[in-house]
Order: sequence, then C-alpha cells, then structure tokens
Amino acid sequence: MTADVSVPNDTPADPADIPVDALPSRGPLWKRLPVVRQLRTSVGLQRGMLVTGVVITAIFLVTAIFAPLIAPYGGSQLRSGSVAFGAQKAPSAAHLLGTTVGGYDVLSRVVWGTRTALLVMIAAVVLSIFLGIFLGLVSGYFGGWIDRVLVVVADAIYAFPSLLLAIVAAIVISKGQSSMWGGILAAAISITVVFVPQYFRVVRSEVVRVKAEAFVEAAKVIGTPPARIMVRHVLRNSVRTLPLIVTLNCSEAILTLAGLGFLGFGIEPSAAAEWGYDLNKALSDVTSGIWWTSVFPGVAIVLTVLGVTLVGESLNDLADPRLRTRRAAGRRGARAAVQSEVDVVEVDPLDAPPVADEDTSTGRTGSHDETTGGAR
Amino acid sequence: MSAQEPVIDVRDLKVTFATDAGDVAAVRGVSLHVDPGQVLAIVGESGSGKTVTARSILGLLPETALASGAVVLRRNDDAASSDVLSLSPSRLREVRGRDAAMVFQEPSTALNPVFPVGWQIAEGLRAHRRLTRAEAHREAVDVLRRVGIPDPEERAKHYPHQFSGGQKQRIVIAQALVLNPGLVIADEPTTALDVTVQAEILDLLRRLPEEFGTAIVLITHNMGVVADLADQVAVMYHGRIVEQADVRTLFSAPQHPYTRALLDAVPRVGGPRLRPARTAPVGETALTAAPSTGAPVVEARSLTITYPGRFRRPGFTAVDGVDLSIHAGEVLGLVGESGSGKTTIGRAIAGLTPVTGGELTVLGTQVRGIHERDFRAVRRRIGFVFQDPATSFNPLLTIAACVAEPLLVHGVAKDLDAARPRVDELLEAVQLPKAYGDRFPHELSGGQRQRASLARALALDPELLIADEPTSALDVSVQARVLDLFARLQEELGFACLFISHDLAVVDLLADRIAVLHHGKLVEQGTGAQVLGAPQDPYTQRLLASLPVPDPVEQAERREAWRALVTR
Repeated sequence: MTADVSVPNDTPADPADIPVDALPSRGPLWKRLPVVRQLRTSVGLQRGMLVTGVVITAIFLVTAIFAPLIAPYGGSQLRSGSVAFGAQKAPSAAHLLGTTVGGYDVLSRVVWGTRTALLVMIAAVVLSIFLGIFLGLVSGYFGGWIDRVLVVVADAIYAFPSLLLAIVAAIVISKGQSSMWGGILAAAISITVVFVPQYFRVVRSEVVRVKAEAFVEAAKVIGTPPARIMVRHVLRNSVRTLPLIVTLNCSEAILTLAGLGFLGFGIEPSAAAEWGYDLNKALSDVTSGIWWTSVFPGVAIVLTVLGVTLVGESLNDLADPRLRTRRAAGRRGARAAVQSEVDVVEVDPLDAPPVADEDTSTGRTGSHDETTGGAR
Repeated sequence: MSAQEPVIDVRDLKVTFATDAGDVAAVRGVSLHVDPGQVLAIVGESGSGKTVTARSILGLLPETALASGAVVLRRNDDAASSDVLSLSPSRLREVRGRDAAMVFQEPSTALNPVFPVGWQIAEGLRAHRRLTRAEAHREAVDVLRRVGIPDPEERAKHYPHQFSGGQKQRIVIAQALVLNPGLVIADEPTTALDVTVQAEILDLLRRLPEEFGTAIVLITHNMGVVADLADQVAVMYHGRIVEQADVRTLFSAPQHPYTRALLDAVPRVGGPRLRPARTAPVGETALTAAPSTGAPVVEARSLTITYPGRFRRPGFTAVDGVDLSIHAGEVLGLVGESGSGKTTIGRAIAGLTPVTGGELTVLGTQVRGIHERDFRAVRRRIGFVFQDPATSFNPLLTIAACVAEPLLVHGVAKDLDAARPRVDELLEAVQLPKAYGDRFPHELSGGQRQRASLARALALDPELLIADEPTSALDVSVQARVLDLFARLQEELGFACLFISHDLAVVDLLADRIAVLHHGKLVEQGTGAQVLGAPQDPYTQRLLASLPVPDPVEQAERREAWRALVTR
C-alpha cells in the first residue's frame, strides 16, 4: 500500500492551502510562545514592525517595573528636602525635563505614569477577558434567548461613544474618590464596560463556528455533558484570536485612561502620576511657550500606544497565512528542504510507500497549527 | 494526428513552494505532451503534484511558487507557441481562455452568483475579442446550446443558483469552450457531483475532442473516470510521473508497482468481498420476516425527519417514511446520492438529529422525543465514525486523550493515565503504534487519523457502529486499508453496523444487506447480490449503470448500456 498523504483536495487556490510541512517538530516551549514564535517566522517589513513594537513595549514595561529606580523623584513629590521644585521651571540639571505648573518634576511624572498605565491596562484586560469569554461561551454555545438578549445588550453598548460610557462609568464607580487604587480600578472598570462586548462578540462568533465542527459532534455522540464539551472542546479552540485583541485593546485602554484624565475624571495627581491629567494642566502653558510640560507626557502616550499597536497589528498579519510574507522559494535550494523533511518524518511502517525515496507528507493541518499555536 | 505538433508540451517542469517550514518541492521534473484532440489523464493521490502541474499550464501558481522548466502552449490558430512560464502578465492573460481554459472542481463556486450565466460567458469573449454586447450574447447562447443546456436563449438570463449541479458544470465547461481553445484542463471535473450526474458530464467531456477538436488534460483520482474518458494516462507519485501509457495498456498491464497498487486498491462492484457472506439463518432471506435471533439493534418504522422551514416556508423532509432494521452483528450499507437523507438517518440513530415522525428504536429505546439525559445510557453502546478525519478530532488534544474521551465521560476510567492501557490496546487493534497516542491529530496522516477515529468509536465496545462515509475523504489506497481493517474488526468484535456511503463499490465490499435511498425514500433493499446483481428499481439500475468501472474495455460496453437506459 502507499503512504497516507493528507492534503486538502489539492487545489492550492491561495497560499493557505499550499502543502506546508510534514510533522511540525515541536521545539522547546519558549520558542512556541506567542510573540517569540512570530518573531522567528516573520521576514522583511513585517519583522521590522514587530521588532519595533516589541522594543518599545519592552522599554515601557521595564520603565513601569523599575520606576522607583529610574525616576529621580516620586510621582507626587513637590519638594526635595524642604526646598520646593518651583513651577514651570525649564529643563535643567536638577529637573531634566523641567517642572509642571503644579510644581511636579516632569520626568518623574512621565516615568511614574507608565506604572499607572500598565496597571490600568492589566486590570482592564483581565477583568474584561474573563467576563467576555464567559458570556461569549455561554451565549454562543447555548444560543436561544440568552444569546439574543446578550447580543442586543452588547450592540446597545456599542451604540454609545466609548469615552462617554467610560465617563459615566467613572462617575458611577469612583464617586469622586481619588486614591491610587480607587482611581486605577475606576478607570479599569469603566474601560472594561467598553471592552466586554468586544471580547464577547469575538468569542461568541468563534464558539458558534467551533460548535459546528465535527469534533464537537463527536463529543456529543459519546455522551459528553455540555459543561465538559464547553470547557474541554469548545473553549480552547475559540480563544486563538484573543492575543491579538488583547494587544490592540491595551493601546485603547491607555487612550481611554488618558482621555478620562484629560477630561478630569481620572486619578488625582497626589495619588498617582497620570499622563492625561498632566496634559490637561499643560494646556495653558502651550500658549506661553512652555513646551516641556505638554510634549513629554504626550510623547509617552504616543510611543506606548504605537508600540503596543505595532505588536498587535504584526501578530494579526502574521497569524493570517494570506497576509504573511515568506522568504522566496528556491533561495536555499529545494534539495536541502526535502532532506530536512526526511529527518522529521517517521515513515509509518504500515503506510510505507513502495517507492519511498523521499516522503513529502503534506497537509493543511500544518497551517492549522499555525493559527491555533497562539492559543496553546 | 501524431504528425501534428502537440498542443501542450511540458518539459522538465519543477515547482517549489516556499512555506514556513522551508521549501517544498511539489513537482520534480515532469515532462508530458498532449496531441490535438487527445485526452490525457493525470492520476495520482492527494499531494502527488497533479493539480500543481495542471495549474502551471495556465500560469495559475500562487506567488510563493517557483517554477522552472518549460511549458510550451500552442496557439489555438496554430500560429505560434509560447512558453507560459516566461510570459509577461498581460501576455499570459491573452493566452488564458484563448489557448487553454480550465474547468474547476466545484461548479457552484466557479460561477459568480450575482451575474447571469450568459453574461459570465460573454465576459470571457469580450475580454479577448472586440464584440458588441449582442454578438457576445449570441455566441454565449450558442455555446450553451452545444453543451446541452435546454432552451439556451431563456436560460442564459438565469443566475447560477437556478441551475442544478450538473447544469452548472456544463456552464463552466461552456465558459471554457467559448473561445475555442486547443486545450481544456479539467481539474477533478466530476468529484463534486453525484454519480448519475457524473455520467452525464463524462458523456459531454467525451464529445469535446470530436465536436470541438479540443484536447483535454483531465486531473482525477478516480480510476473509473480515467477508464471512461482518457486516451493517455500519466500516473504521478510524489511530484514525478512514474508511468505513462495509453489507457488500455495501463489498465491491462501496469508496469510500475505504484500503478499496480493503485489499481488493486480500487473497489469494484461485484469484486471480491472483504467479509464472508453472513451465514444467514433460515428465514432471513425473506427480508420482511423478522429473524429469529432476537430483537433488531435498530428498527425504523415509517421514519420521517423534517428540518424546520424558515420564514413561514414549509419544512424540508429529508427522510420520508423509511422502514429499515439492523440486526445484531449485521452490516447494513446505506447508499444514496447527496441529499438523499442517508446521513440524516445515521445522525438520527446517533441522537444528533431529532426524529419528527414514525418510530425509531435504537437498542431497545424509542428515540423519538427522548430527552438527552435518558439517551446517555444508550450512547455508550453506540460508536460513530465521522466522514472527515481531519475535523473530527479536537486539534488541541493528543490522540490518546481523544480516544480516552468516551472512557472518561462514562466513568470507565478515572483519568487519562488510568485509561491509557485500554487506549494502547485500542490503538493496537487499529494497527497504530502505541507511541502515536502522544501525537496531536495534525501530526497523523488522513488514514491514520481515520483509524484513530475507529479506535475512539470502539472504545466502549459498542453494539452498534455508525460509519458516515468513513472513507470518502481518503485516497483510494488508504481507503482500501481502512476498509480492510474495518472488516476485520467487525468480524472480531461482532458489532452491528450502519455503513453510509455514496460509493456502491465500497458498500458492496462490506455490507450484508444494502439499502438504497433516493430523495428521502427507501427505493430498494436486499442483499448485495440482490440489489447490485439484479436491481429492480429503475433508480438503482441507473445508479449502477452510471458507475464507471476501472476497466476501459468493460467501461465502453457499460457506457452503451447506460446510454440505452437514459434514452429509454
């Protein structure tokens, strides 16, 4: 008999259908982590975008984590010793980026602001992810009236401008309180309200798709209870696009937080440093030629959003085989590739082909692994 | 004819694809040529490179492909020939449709649903020649008439969804023929069609060389289609042509071991069976008489299944008053074309589709209107093998975990480790090495996966196994292995089985009795010899006559018999 060679009915209409590889040899765990994997497979401009994004994001993270070591002063510090910093001082040796109208050190405010942004990002994404996934799973799997009600509610939330919704949520939640955690949670929860429908929708549509797959029916046929089907079979196959949405939502969270702060619904300056608030206070400085109070927090917002968005967009492009660019064929010689494949493929003794000089087992499954890999 | 230049001359074609895992050589040095008016069939299994070869004739390879060699295509007016691989995009566009055209596998996706078919045919004309709208339309109507669309003036204004599958494929062929190309490439032109429709399309394709003077490159994996249509056959294996011969020589005296294996693997109606005929107890020859050996495993009485309609339309009755029974240890083959309701019956027995009328008793339990909770006990006595092995496994679980699922769900084993001995035993029973249990589904080939699927279905020692087209997604030689295994396991374990298939030959290999479905109604049932040897119902007769057999001489006779039956 001959080798089992599994290929979609061999009409490679687009690159997604092209025979990919034999047994994808699984490397060590760190090479299969979401971002690391994409870094290794990307080429050209896409790789440049991803690397830029990763570097900016890494700088952001390091700054946030080591803020006490990096910042010369505390975020709400007004004086060193007994000497006040003074307001609207130009950049100098003592204050590298100058001071604000309120008498804070701009550099310290920018550095400490990364911490606030990171905390809000984490809190907002964690809260909305759990709620969104749960609702999406239940709604998509069971359907019926629960599904209809939840979809209508999600659509209704979409209908509001998200910033307006966040303002209302901030007022309802914090009621003018302004401690650091109170402010961060208020901002995070108000962002959550906007994000939950997004996760809900994505997860729900994936669940509806996965629910119709044969392996879910296979589970039903053997009498698997619904809860087990949902957790074991549907959930893990429905969350593969989430890493992308998470990165994109992180940048949106920063913008919403800054927007809230700019409008005065954010965190009080004495509780924690926050870029939106600083920008608001710097408004009047701009006309009087004091540029340093507005430029640096603004640059911080732009860079952070840019970094996270670049990572997200690159992941998005790389996850889609049709958008992903590859190295041109034949550059390293087909022979070498065939050779390496033989090393990977263990020819099943039962399916060994009669003329098995080389075995090029191929399959769509390879590209399938590509897309599910992120969820593992 | 041989004095003429070939229509297409492929010399040492090599195609390499760039993939994430490095380069993959899909075609490794293929040379072939087709003379005018000839039919060359390229056969081979999935991944053998036959489609890639054909697509490179039209320059239809994706960007990631790198082709070398020469593909010399002659102009349809014999003026010149050109190497397709080195043409500029605009010159390539001129060549496509004029010198060579393509017929695709799936007619329903090859036509644009928002334009009338006449417009779509005329579009190809107007892209190549300066014609007025009316002239183009006239030619489109003309070509539609020639491919056998009745009332073409009126039908040219219709949209694709208003045609049946077979008619759509005729339209796609008309679209390919309208510029009178010297070569038509038909990529699995009948794979998506039912066997009775396939016979009609094959009949049309056979007329093309005579009536249009067109040469055909036919890509297929169906040896029956090859025997029916081809003059020359090229057998491809792993990107190379391993054997090339005219059709009679190839079928009567195959040279290459791969060709021989391929031909041996093709199941034939009336060929050697995989299972010994059941020693039927006395009284079972009469099908209506209840056998003495206990109650049947499955019993359906005027079973009706209706899918609810939408927007106040009446529902669709998929299964209409079917009576059938499966006895313990018996294999019932359920045959029918797409839409005949055969899968619906299988799903109803497995409790996946609700029964809306009649009675259905499965393992002593009345299924109609039953609650899922009450059906669970029955479920552990039923195994189910799905059609597509690629999608019936959770891609994130290992094979061992998938096979162990039934054991865990029904509390036979506490956890995966406890289930592992039984899983290994099952994998061994389906001839998979134990180590495969630790692999993920995508790391197995299609045939291996289908065997793992069988292992999962047998995990709880079911009394009834439902196999829904278990081999239709597999290559023919793999199919032979899976069927072989299936027959052996059935003999060892003695489960009753409902074997659903559209392929009469496959069913004939395995089934004790065969039931033929047509439009939701059971038209005929009986033993294999009765139904396939001396069919009574006209539909069964037509079905049997439409089936191309992998033997060019015999097929030529059968073709005449089919013509007589159709025109009668």
